[in-house]
Amino acid sequence: MLLQRFLIRLLTMAITLFGVAVVVFVVIRVAPGDPIAMMLPPGATDTDIARLRALYGLDKTIVEQFFIWLSGVVRGDFGTSISLRQDVLGLVFNRLPATLELAIVALLMALAIGGTTAILGARERGTAVEAGIDIASGAALSIPDFLWGLVLILLFGVLVPIFDISGRVSPQLDLPFVTQFYLFESIARLRFDLTKDLLGHMLMPAVALALPLAAIISQLLKQSLKEVLDLDYVVLARVKGFSETQVILREALKNAALPTLTLVGVQFTFLIGGTVIVERLFSYEGLGNMAIDAVINRDLPLIQGIVLVFALLFVLINLTVDMMYALLNPRLRHG
Amino acid sequence: MNASCLNIANLSAVLPNGARVLRSVSLSVQPGEVRALVGESGAGKTMIGKAVLGVLPPSVRIVEGDMLLEGEDLGRLQPKARRTLIGARTALIPQDPLTALNPSRRIGPQMTDRLVRILGWSGQGADARIRQLLDEVQIRDPDRVLKCYPHELSGGMRQRVLIAAAFAAEPRLIVADEPTTALDVTVQKQILRLIAQLQREHGTAILFVTHDLGVVAKISQKVSVLYAGKVVEEAETAALFAAPQHPYTRALMAATPRYTDPFASLKPVDDAVLAGLAAEIAAADQAWRRPHG
Ligand SMILES: Nc1ncnc2c1ncn2[C@@H]1O[C@H](COP(=O)(O)OP(=O)(O)OP(=O)(O)O)[C@@H](O)[C@H]1O
Ligand SMILES: [Mg+2]
Repeated sequence: MLLQRFLIRLLTMAITLFGVAVVVFVVIRVAPGDPIAMMLPPGATDTDIARLRALYGLDKTIVEQFFIWLSGVVRGDFGTSISLRQDVLGLVFNRLPATLELAIVALLMALAIGGTTAILGARERGTAVEAGIDIASGAALSIPDFLWGLVLILLFGVLVPIFDISGRVSPQLDLPFVTQFYLFESIARLRFDLTKDLLGHMLMPAVALALPLAAIISQLLKQSLKEVLDLDYVVLARVKGFSETQVILREALKNAALPTLTLVGVQFTFLIGGTVIVERLFSYEGLGNMAIDAVINRDLPLIQGIVLVFALLFVLINLTVDMMYALLNPRLRHG
Repeated sequence: MNASCLNIANLSAVLPNGARVLRSVSLSVQPGEVRALVGESGAGKTMIGKAVLGVLPPSVRIVEGDMLLEGEDLGRLQPKARRTLIGARTALIPQDPLTALNPSRRIGPQMTDRLVRILGWSGQGADARIRQLLDEVQIRDPDRVLKCYPHELSGGMRQRVLIAAAFAAEPRLIVADEPTTALDVTVQKQILRLIAQLQREHGTAILFVTHDLGVVAKISQKVSVLYAGKVVEEAETAALFAAPQHPYTRALMAATPRYTDPFASLKPVDDAVLAGLAAEIAAADQAWRRPHG
């Protein structure tokens, strides 16, 4: 049953990715703006332009271009960036780890904040504590991540400048890293001085990304916890002598978390989407920041590569959530 | 010193709108005795059980009365002390075995957690104890059952598991809230017999909630009849069946199904009886409101 579920998901994934590839490919070619014109100095002759178009394969029809590109992609060749004149795949893999680290730190923050407030709110249900948590999560939710970014920049970058609000790491530092996963590698190498610097840079953008998701997790998890806390097996646990906190953690949390889990998966993909603008705001050198440059420069191969990698990330996240859901739910696991 | 296992005196509870759900309830359960609590749906039987076990819904507030568990005044204890006392001396056999087990935890830890985490037994000791109890409730393959998730067991099996868990810590008092209502008719009899047998062997006092006078006759020594949160009659079980005093009790008996006549249960309670009950309740509320209003 689990295997069948997995195979169906795999097929859907392939179809989704193909669809995304087609749409992006067509849209960025139909949209106004000519990459070649942007590369050449003003006054370039028509023959210069035609030569360059032919060089990048832009003289062929969209359908021809697509299949040339696709046959490259299946061989692992995503083409060459027009603006940076480097291999697209190399560029993407160079930047992806920075974005992944940011997104994962933001997700962990959202889970920690959302989870704690949900548990606290459920334990103190009906009191002023719960009301306070509701108000806070309502506020966090009604402001989107990039506005949180601006608020944080104004607060902690300008008004009380206590945090770094620009870049990924202090430029004067010597970096011993062999991978682009700076944060994870700094921890693995026990270079906590670097970890601290990296986290310091990451904190503000991560908080901006985390707050709306934390609010959603808090509200949804608290609601399902409160529903579960009225169920018979929870009452039975109270009769056994367990405290309300123990009851929530031992009996209620796992069952209440299942509906939240699916939503977190979807919301996490939104969070990754949010990195595009938030990275820009904080000049964080990730994939999202590079995506904006690619769009500004009409760098068609780079845009295609980045979008495809983002799409792959999204379907992988959804797949993971689906599998986790099945694993956590004994009824599904045993068929 | 009063030797009652459970003594409830003048217990009243209200809803947020001020309506009383329990009307000055008094009842006691002596050590080792089965006290049946009988009444129709909505009479407040479950409320009384939950009040004793300290798990009333937050909307229900106790406004008056005392509950003594083996002489300890539950109302005077700090929440934590009360919880621990209730956990150590009481147990609950719930109405619906389908919802009373956590669907995402295996049976084993659900049965041993009170012993280990509240009462401080060793894991091995608890495991041995639980196996002994599973044997007493005639579960012959404890290894399999302990590893199961609840949905892998039938309703009757789950209720056996819950009964075994309830008796495992040798509680002084068990609240059994309609423990057979949710089961198949054939299984009902087995489960009832099982509870009666374990009760006798362990000498546990039981507050046995039911709406079925047939069950009352089989299992209990004493009985309290509840109507609209008020105890309208209390007697030794044999005496009650021999000579019911209250018109409502008589009406209930007339309405109890006989095996030969399945439609007997459809006989409604007499209008005159209901009118008398309404007047009785109104008078009780008036008397109660004077000092409390
Ligand atoms: N959570 C609650 N909040 C407010 N009122 C409630 C709540 N639960 C039950 N009641 C009310 O309290 C009264 C007593 O309910 P209770 O569940 O004790 O009845 P019962 O005798 O156990 O009936 P049944 O045989 O249906 O289980 C009913 O009038 C019911 O509507
Ligand atoms: Mg009930």
